[in-house]
Amino acid sequence: MSSYEKWVAFVTILTREVRRFVRIWPQTLLPPAITITLYFIIFGTLIGPRIGAMSGFTYIEFVAPGLIMMSVITNSYGNVVSSFYGAKWGKSVEELLVSPVPNYIILTGFVMGGVARGLSVGLIVTLLSLFFTRLQLEHVVITCTVVFLTSVLFSLAGFINAVFAKSFDDISIVPTFVLTPLTYLGGVFYSTSLLPSFWGTVSHLNPILYMVNAFRYGMLGISDIDTGIALLIIVGFILALWVFSMHLLRTSKGLRS
Amino acid sequence: MTRMTVPALSIRNLTKQYDNGFSALKGIDIDVAEGDFFALLGPNGAGKSTTIGIICSLVRKTGGTVKIFGRDIDTEFSQAKKDIGVVPQEFNFNMFEKPLDILVTQAGYYGLPRALAAQRAEKYLRVLDLWDKRNVPSRMLSGGMKRRLMIARALVHEPRLLILDEPTAGVDIELRRSMWDFLRDINARGTTIILTTHYLEEAESLCRNIAIIDHGEIIQNTGMKLLLKSLQREVFIFDTRGTIAALPDLGPFAGRLIDEHSFEVEVEKSESLNSLFTHLTAQGVEIVSMRNRANRLEELFVSLVASSAGREEGRA
Repeated sequence: MSSYEKWVAFVTILTREVRRFVRIWPQTLLPPAITITLYFIIFGTLIGPRIGAMSGFTYIEFVAPGLIMMSVITNSYGNVVSSFYGAKWGKSVEELLVSPVPNYIILTGFVMGGVARGLSVGLIVTLLSLFFTRLQLEHVVITCTVVFLTSVLFSLAGFINAVFAKSFDDISIVPTFVLTPLTYLGGVFYSTSLLPSFWGTVSHLNPILYMVNAFRYGMLGISDIDTGIALLIIVGFILALWVFSMHLLRTSKGLRS
Repeated sequence: MTRMTVPALSIRNLTKQYDNGFSALKGIDIDVAEGDFFALLGPNGAGKSTTIGIICSLVRKTGGTVKIFGRDIDTEFSQAKKDIGVVPQEFNFNMFEKPLDILVTQAGYYGLPRALAAQRAEKYLRVLDLWDKRNVPSRMLSGGMKRRLMIARALVHEPRLLILDEPTAGVDIELRRSMWDFLRDINARGTTIILTTHYLEEAESLCRNIAIIDHGEIIQNTGMKLLLKSLQREVFIFDTRGTIAALPDLGPFAGRLIDEHSFEVEVEKSESLNSLFTHLTAQGVEIVSMRNRANRLEELFVSLVASSAGREEGRA
């Protein structure tokens, strides 16, 4: 395929992904908006004022970046895992596998589909948060870089889950038992400085902590960890998951017998 | 001077062994000439779908080579795949998408810009009589329409080689015949077609060359006419105008009474039917119609597969 044909193929995959999540917006865009609004109401307006300041900010100002990031993570992951597994389950993935589209274009297309949904939901949540608090944006480039790379990372993770999944149960196990606990314990609702030193150290094994804090640094200018290290960790995970995803596309028995 | 032509499909020593040790293909060779209408037949589990799966890269081969118009599917996969269109046995499109979107998307996978993709989609949806259903969710289409949708999708990038795996399975006779006409037409326009089917009448009617695969080996690979010529014996059923109480005298032919209006006769390839008609006319038996008891290809297929099974048992 020529470079132009590859570009057309990529745009085709991305367009199909975007149309899919827009077509089923009551399942994809509405629920995170409602959930996050409830978070803002409960943790921001009702409980937040009783908690007081955290790292020099009101509680709602502190949790807003974490809640945005949480939406981006779960929706990037959820989009790719459900779309790719759905295509595998319904066999429509064969349309792609028999075509001349190179594996890296297939992967990039699905990942960018996940990024499109993750960032769309992130934008919706950000706009909703403006009804409850005033958002700051200390470092625009860092904020955008972190949210984009995090979305890429979890889209890749969703892809890997989808390749291994053998049933619809398998695509909900990781989000429920791995992603949600790691996100909740990843500094969305609190600063790790509040934890006893042992649990503070353990928290540093959680990769989501780095993403949430780097994003919070971009917005508020505060972080529990070094932003440079956070970016290195995110990029490192992306590279590792990309290589593994490409390996799966070449060899997985879940795709080609 | 003879012009050397590159085969549309060239398979050499193709093997496939699954992880459980089962050898689905044991080193098969197949050549399909450009412009051919080729049948790949075999009983269930013989290796047909594995072969097709390898050609269109849904199954990984263990060994051997596959070339599409001279291009190796391993080293020149992009160009090789561009030349193939596949109609699989099972429906494999997104049931929630509309036919028009399915075709435009498929064309995009082959690098066709959106405007051209839309033109092609319209062309093939019209040709296959699906244009009126272009915006209906695909799950709402009838079985026959879904089959036609898969053919339209396989053609939207205008491949030079079309592979159809049981394209008329579960399709009513009228639709099957109209699909035959369509396939004959695109073959006449230059598209090479490879067909697998359980309807041997379909293969006999459409295909010029044939390979029969069984237990992962090619047990016959020849021209359809040559193969049918090798049939040594045929059984015809004769229908009479009046009633017959017993089997008429058939002279040198063996036969059997079916009912009071029909009987069957075994005819060796070397024998002429003229003497049979002479015998029947002399007895006042008036024949109003005659037909083969079974499809001729079916007779051959059954005998070839039976011989192959015998060889397999011998090896065991």
